[in-house]
Amino acid sequence: MSETSYGRLIRDGLWSNNQALVALLGLCPLLAVTNTAINGLGLGIATTAVLVLSNATVSLIRNLVRPEVRLPVFVIVIASFVTAVELSMNAWFHDLYKVLGIFIPLIVTNCAIIGRAEAFASKNHLLPAIVDGLSMGLGFTCALVALGAMRELLGMGTLFSQADLMFGAIAADWSFSLGANFQGMLLAILPPGAFLGMGLMIALKNIIDGRQRKAQPAKAEAAPAGLESGAT
Amino acid sequence: MRFSTITSPHSARPNSVSRTMLLVILALLPGAAAMIWYFGWGVLINMILASVTAVACEALAVRLRNRPVLPVISDFSAVLTALLLAVALPPLLPWWLTVIGVAFAILMVKQIYGGLGYNPFNPAMAAYVLLLVSYPVQMTTWLPPEMLNEHPLTLLQSASVIFTGALPAGLSWDALTMATPLDAMFTQLDQSRMLSEILAQPLWGDFGGRGWEWVGNWYLLGGLFLLYKRVISWHIPVSMLGSLLVIAMLFHFLDQEAYPFGMFHIFTGGTLLGAFFIATDPVSACTTRKGQLVYGACIGLLVFIIRTWGGYPDAVAFAVLLMNMAAPTIDYYTQPRAFGHQGAGRD
Repeated sequence: MSETSYGRLIRDGLWSNNQALVALLGLCPLLAVTNTAINGLGLGIATTAVLVLSNATVSLIRNLVRPEVRLPVFVIVIASFVTAVELSMNAWFHDLYKVLGIFIPLIVTNCAIIGRAEAFASKNHLLPAIVDGLSMGLGFTCALVALGAMRELLGMGTLFSQADLMFGAIAADWSFSLGANFQGMLLAILPPGAFLGMGLMIALKNIIDGRQRKAQPAKAEAAPAGLESGAT
Repeated sequence: MRFSTITSPHSARPNSVSRTMLLVILALLPGAAAMIWYFGWGVLINMILASVTAVACEALAVRLRNRPVLPVISDFSAVLTALLLAVALPPLLPWWLTVIGVAFAILMVKQIYGGLGYNPFNPAMAAYVLLLVSYPVQMTTWLPPEMLNEHPLTLLQSASVIFTGALPAGLSWDALTMATPLDAMFTQLDQSRMLSEILAQPLWGDFGGRGWEWVGNWYLLGGLFLLYKRVISWHIPVSMLGSLLVIAMLFHFLDQEAYPFGMFHIFTGGTLLGAFFIATDPVSACTTRKGQLVYGACIGLLVFIIRTWGGYPDAVAFAVLLMNMAAPTIDYYTQPRAFGHQGAGRD
């Protein structure tokens, strides 16, 4: 794959191979912290940072590491970056760090990260690996924020509450509220709400994909996926 | 020309989904009428509102799935779900909660899985749990039964409370509402009051709460009608009520002041409604006879456990949903031996 299509990498990460909605990886943090949009955004950005850094490192050392020991090496690389991200969040976003708690160190167990290291970064050059990490991370972040926003809106009737945890004092009045009389659906905040919301998001994505496939069936048949990638 | 060959039995019986559903609705009517008698017009309003919403949601979902609408909504399964949910809801529940619950039952629990016959969970109970978990205050605001009610509401007043939330002048929620017998019993037991002391209050009749036990009797009658008509088999109701009764009596025998007697559990809350109308749902329950016995017994056991040591006032909905989850596994292990095969039917 000497000529990598960056557009394709980005499209894969954000939509067609979205780690949360298609690969269904990293569901533990996805379901646990997305009770508000800001929590989702915080965890998403932290995951993206780790993903970019680990993809870059794995790609750089891909010719030095013997295949027999690659997984432990990947884990060590990922764990180091997670620790670095955790310490920096503790230093600069301390309130958000307190809210996200255990889920920051648990990024290390996010299967999406080691999945990308194994499936992509260990076989590709530095730049494609970074682009892949970035787009996969952003796709994951989008899913987290969308799910968080949905649950926050249904459960508490607010959106982007506590934005100041992340963006500082200027963001204190960014939050949107449906009014004090709104009686939220408690279930949306509780874990079952996460599972229901996640299922609905996947269903929505499948509906959109199905519509697109129906709209252009001839094109999809003419160019099977295998031929498109890296025939040169 | 092709001759159609039909295998035995040859005696035809007019049976269809809509006939079965109508029979169940018919059997539910005495209990529902008793609910209206004891708890006022709000129950009737809830039933009508729920039915209309259910049919509308069903029509919408079937339309979206490009299926013919009329055959689906005329099987009355949506109406039955709505009625079962409506008799479980508090009489003066705000209208939008009824609508949310019914929409969830039909769209999320039933149609998303493929409609009637495909839903792994009982739609009415799933919706009840959704509402109870999400809106615990509104869902536990019950009215006292008719003989204890000092402020019976007229039809118009009930409608105005349900649709606008405005109480009639001079009344407050505190004056209007009362804890359910089940709630009252376990709240007071939690405060370590004695059973004999609690039962001295005017809330109680012979077995359960006053009024409530009569509603239970009418459900029992409807259930017996269903058994007579062979719409349901005896396995689930008998094993569910039996296991609940046995374990409740056992605990009552061990400590007579801390655990209510066995019949209390049968005649309060949703036990009888659940045993005859909910747990016997042919879609989400076990299908093998042996499996049905296990299924019912586990529901009875769970009802006792959740009522006695759990945080929510009634347990039938939770118990049924939990056992819905286990039903396929129970069916797998209780498959009857097929004729001509050795051992159990499974491979």
